[in-house]
Amino acid sequence: MRVSLFITCYNDTLFPETGKSVVKVLERLGHTVEFPAGQTCCGQMHYNTGYQSEAMPLVQRFVDQFREAEAVVVPSSSCVAMMKDHYPKMAAEIGDAKLIADVDALLPRVYEFSEFLTRGLGLEDVGAYYPHRVTYHASCHGLRNLELGDGPLRLLKAVRGIDLVPLEGLEQCCGFGGTFAVKNADVSSAMLSEKTTAILNTKAEACTACDNSCLMHIQGALHRQRTGVKTVHLAEILAGDEGAAR
Amino acid sequence: MSGVALDPKTSPVFPMAAKAALGDTQMRKNVRHATNVIQTKRGRVVGEMPDWQQLREAGKQIRQHTMEHLDFYLEQFEENCTRVGGVVHWARDAEEAKRIVTGLVKASGSDEVIKIKSMTTEEIHLNDALEAAGIHAYETDLAELIIQLGQDQPSHIVVPALHKNRQQIREIFQRKMNLPELGESPQDLADAARMFLREKFLRVKTGVSGANFLIAETGGVCIVESEGNGRMCLTLPETLITIAGIDKVLPRFQDLEVVLQLLPRSATGERMNPYNSIWTGVKEGDGPRAFHVVLMDNARTEILADKEGRQTLNCIRCGACQNVCPVYRQTGGQAYGSVYAGPIGAILTPQLQEMHHAQSLPYASSLCGACYEVCPVKINIPEVLIHLRNKVVKQNTAGIVGLFDVEAGAMKAMAMIFKSERRFRAAQRLGRMAETPLVRKDGRGVGWIGWLPGMLGGWTQVRDLQEMPKETFRDWWEKRRTNGN
Repeated sequence: MRVSLFITCYNDTLFPETGKSVVKVLERLGHTVEFPAGQTCCGQMHYNTGYQSEAMPLVQRFVDQFREAEAVVVPSSSCVAMMKDHYPKMAAEIGDAKLIADVDALLPRVYEFSEFLTRGLGLEDVGAYYPHRVTYHASCHGLRNLELGDGPLRLLKAVRGIDLVPLEGLEQCCGFGGTFAVKNADVSSAMLSEKTTAILNTKAEACTACDNSCLMHIQGALHRQRTGVKTVHLAEILAGDEGAAR
Repeated sequence: MSGVALDPKTSPVFPMAAKAALGDTQMRKNVRHATNVIQTKRGRVVGEMPDWQQLREAGKQIRQHTMEHLDFYLEQFEENCTRVGGVVHWARDAEEAKRIVTGLVKASGSDEVIKIKSMTTEEIHLNDALEAAGIHAYETDLAELIIQLGQDQPSHIVVPALHKNRQQIREIFQRKMNLPELGESPQDLADAARMFLREKFLRVKTGVSGANFLIAETGGVCIVESEGNGRMCLTLPETLITIAGIDKVLPRFQDLEVVLQLLPRSATGERMNPYNSIWTGVKEGDGPRAFHVVLMDNARTEILADKEGRQTLNCIRCGACQNVCPVYRQTGGQAYGSVYAGPIGAILTPQLQEMHHAQSLPYASSLCGACYEVCPVKINIPEVLIHLRNKVVKQNTAGIVGLFDVEAGAMKAMAMIFKSERRFRAAQRLGRMAETPLVRKDGRGVGWIGWLPGMLGGWTQVRDLQEMPKETFRDWWEKRRTNGN
């Protein structure tokens, strides 16, 4: 299949390894990856902070970039949730009939990365090897907006060598919430502290998730506390293979 | 915070109030314990309903339909309530509602009232208005009594004293009921409250209540409660005055079938409330001889006029969103600076203030969506939060002052950057240069930022930020393509 990658603005800038891993997994499965060069941002930060009119042009931009795609894969559930929950409404708001139709036609072909593997391709075992103790954090947008359910966990269970340990309070928000983490820094920190305690209780070497945004927030505290526990995007675990493991 | 009225007009912004609340470890422990207990019970009784999702949908449809035809159902309620001997009064706002109730109590010839727990009377601070007019109000709901005697403020819609534990309640009772020897078992505390209240029930001739639902078809008023104290207030006084927001109306008696399944399971984790009281007008020789209903608008019409904010009025005040909210569970209710706390408070309070106050509340959420998931009438609280954030931004960026709004400036600059791939790449390069002075290498040679300036400093209070990688994904992709692999 011809898969178009929407890397998202923050993954592009801060987490290129996640993008490389997505490419590796998809190519290993025999798919062709394309990267529309004009892509930037889905508009989530603006939209969720209250800057709706600033987010609006990014809907048109996304549609223009991915109109021809057979499938769009995005390694971020919150960005996919932004599109699925808000793009149709945003297009309707400006009353642009063409944009409404384009959004309608494109959205069913947009997948969060793990969702593409489990629902789009019907896979669980993607041939990965990752010999480490890992716990999985379900990000809120993946869990509630995209209803990913146990999809990411099924992918992880099929990884060879992995020691997967359940995380207590899986459905609890980590406290990131975009600009929430700076606007309500104290509450966000209190929520984060519960999450990191739960992670440390698992004795895992790494915490994984489908969203680098949650992971960046969790990693920030794990590093500050000198815990030695890493965070790693799900794609990077699935990209692991025996050749890469020394 | 105790003793100071929860008034959105004067309360500190949420981040400041939350910071203070986070320091109260006993309160946080109490809130966590109580919300965990209620959530577990709720999970159990919701889990045993195979048609829960259909019930939620039915609840949503009933409430939505009612709001779309609110004028019709309110007039129908007035007509039917009047027909059975009630007197209906209309109050445009809190001031008018307080004036009407005070006048009615005075006309009843009493300078005391017994009250049923009512968030609507809390919303307008009715007790203060009554006190100012020389009328003393006795709260009879156990939790409200604890709040009143402790000169405290409610912290939860359904369980207003949820932030207090048993020892703290005993201490309040010992002091205020003059019972120095009082024990702390539930039995001891309930006995003390019973002794204290029984005398009031038998003596006071005027009752004031809120309403869970007003039934348009019959002109009846419905109250659900757990203690029976509410029923005492409904049946013993000679005069009963009910005050309700205009959003409390239901079209048909039959609609109770849906909402009385949704409400108790969502609110307290019970299959049904121990006391469900519906009274319809006055009857010779049975119950109050005079019955008044004050229908209060107090900004609800403005909320109704807002297409996206309107679903807020569908709320049936179960408090499930509070119990599940990760923000509420950290801060408790009083940090919200309003009698309506938690996710529903974060959308209701600013709208009740017609967006003049409480603008920090729509941001008091990580948009995790847990509130929407549990709401028995499917109010999409995150969607309304985002809608209200947009209203706040529009207010803050209006006019000349708006030009100097730092956040808006940054957001607009980012929006410009995202409009062009070329500009985005330039910004990525610029970001790498700008962060360089802040980066410190750790033992493994990885760069971290431990301090950020200004608003971003909130991030580095408890978190480090890894430095930006030398190469963006985009750069890597291009290089890979050029190299042909």
